[in-house]
Amino acid sequence: MTVQESLPFEASTVMKCYRADHLLVADMVESGSKVLDVGCGEGDLLQLLESRGVDGRGIELSREGVNRCVARGLAVVQGDADTDLAEYPDDAFDYVILSQTLQATRQPRVVLEHLLRIGRRAIVSFPNFGYVNMRLQLLIHGQMPRTENLPATWYDTPNIHFCTIKDFVGLCDEINVKMERAVALDRHGRPLRLNAPWWFWNLFGEQGVFLLSRAEKKPDSTHAA
Amino acid sequence: MVSVKAFKPGGKPEQAEDRVREADHPSSQVAVFGTDQPLKLDCGVDLAPFQIAYQTYGTLNADKSNAILICHALTGDQHVANVHPVTGKPGWWQTLVGPGKPLDPERYFIICSNVLGGCMGSTGPSSTNPATGKLWGLDFPVITIPDMVRAQAMLVERLGIEKLFCVVGGSMGGMQVLQWSVAFPERVFSALAVACAPRHSAQNIAFHELGRQAVMADPDWLHGRYYDEGVRPHRGLAVARMAAHITYLSDAALHRKFGRRMQDRDLPTFSFDADFQVESYLRYQGSSFVDRFDANSYLYLTRAMDYFDIAADHDGVLARAFRGTKTRFCVVSFTSDWLFPTSESRAIVHALNAGGARVSFAEIETDKGHDAFLLDVPEFIDIARAFLQAADKANGLARKER
Repeated sequence: MTVQESLPFEASTVMKCYRADHLLVADMVESGSKVLDVGCGEGDLLQLLESRGVDGRGIELSREGVNRCVARGLAVVQGDADTDLAEYPDDAFDYVILSQTLQATRQPRVVLEHLLRIGRRAIVSFPNFGYVNMRLQLLIHGQMPRTENLPATWYDTPNIHFCTIKDFVGLCDEINVKMERAVALDRHGRPLRLNAPWWFWNLFGEQGVFLLSRAEKKPDSTHAA
Repeated sequence: MVSVKAFKPGGKPEQAEDRVREADHPSSQVAVFGTDQPLKLDCGVDLAPFQIAYQTYGTLNADKSNAILICHALTGDQHVANVHPVTGKPGWWQTLVGPGKPLDPERYFIICSNVLGGCMGSTGPSSTNPATGKLWGLDFPVITIPDMVRAQAMLVERLGIEKLFCVVGGSMGGMQVLQWSVAFPERVFSALAVACAPRHSAQNIAFHELGRQAVMADPDWLHGRYYDEGVRPHRGLAVARMAAHITYLSDAALHRKFGRRMQDRDLPTFSFDADFQVESYLRYQGSSFVDRFDANSYLYLTRAMDYFDIAADHDGVLARAFRGTKTRFCVVSFTSDWLFPTSESRAIVHALNAGGARVSFAEIETDKGHDAFLLDVPEFIDIARAFLQAADKANGLARKER
């Protein structure tokens, strides 16, 4: 379910072979933990994680992607985030990662709830539809935005549930998810400055990366997974 | 009157004689287990003495960590990578086993044994019953896949191997792989289960029953005592094989190979002769099978597959069978396999995931049907290679840490 074939990586990055957002995600994962990568594509992130001593597993929708992963020696199974996450038991993983896939799921909210049921923590990255280039394309040209990283036209895109960073934060609040870390990346995959206000991230972040955990249950919570 | 040329399977009596000899005196290594080491069968019988015939390739390393067990399918045998002593044909899994192949004897010590109930040297219905001095026939107890695996485990122990690096198999062999990982999880480091299922489906039991009835309907079957009369139910067994062979292929593969093409003729003969190439092919498959296989063995082995149901042995919950397993699994299915369809492999994978196992699962696109696991399907071979290499690396690390 990889939506973006490759994000341009940071030229100054020491490990040039890895995508900047993958390195960022990998940095959020503690060594020795057990991780499920949902929509793992051809296994680039999983391989990076395994190289850091993480016990990684993956789910991937496309048969080609799965077979590439298995051929790389990764523990990946063919499956669909929308339907197959329900079959995983509670607390099976330390982290569940959803990298650039949320916007392509049919039920992002249900998927998000599953991530934090299966894993004690979740790491979610997604393209920010509030990014300034997106807004300008709609405002000035009156057309659905297309960018270098999201080149598909509206009629053949797999991305059916776009959201902005602000929207995502709203969903996290609604389903009682705690944001442990949030990072917005610019179009080169570089983190925006940390102390910027949300509106700034929502406008200049090309994608958002969030480390989430289960919040203490609110007494009035109605959306317990 | 419509002409019917009699279909006479079994054209090579000398092969059939070789096969009969192989049952007790195989051209393989043999592990004999005496009355002090009975095999406890699921049916309640203690089988003793009994023997397991096996082939090995490569050398066992000093710390005995490079042993791979190959489990063969229904009509396979232990001759996985050498010339077959009866048919003279090359080994049945040379796409996967051999120098430079994923299962390389240069690196691994590869074992393949004839299953219990088989007819190529392991004790089965065509072996001599030591109690009577006659061939077992239907006096042989009904066996199960777990029985076969218990016998293999005794062989592996006899060879001094505590833990197998990998257990590999397709179809009925894949069932044995699963059974190994469930019955002896601590003795299986990795498991490659191909084109198989955690249980035999109703449709598959039905096909097996068809095959068995074909054998039993042959007047030469004689309630399994055909050995005594010097005859063989070769017609019934050939029909069973023909029916089974259709299930190993796919509609697309049959069309690709034969279509509606005629056999050595341009026009139909308006008879029941083999006008079509596909008929001729099936007759050949049936015919060549009966010289190398024992009809009673066919009954016993198909029965063993019918009884296979891992979940049933674990309160009906498949995931319970794999709970806490440390074995690394790779499950492979093929898109056009309708005998062991992908949904069956998926059920295994779901159970493994629920049990927290480390599992890879790939569905390979091919029109070659169930037989794809035996054929040259590069994507499958690549995956088998990568899985073994990754497991090999982890095995090395695990040994270092010990």
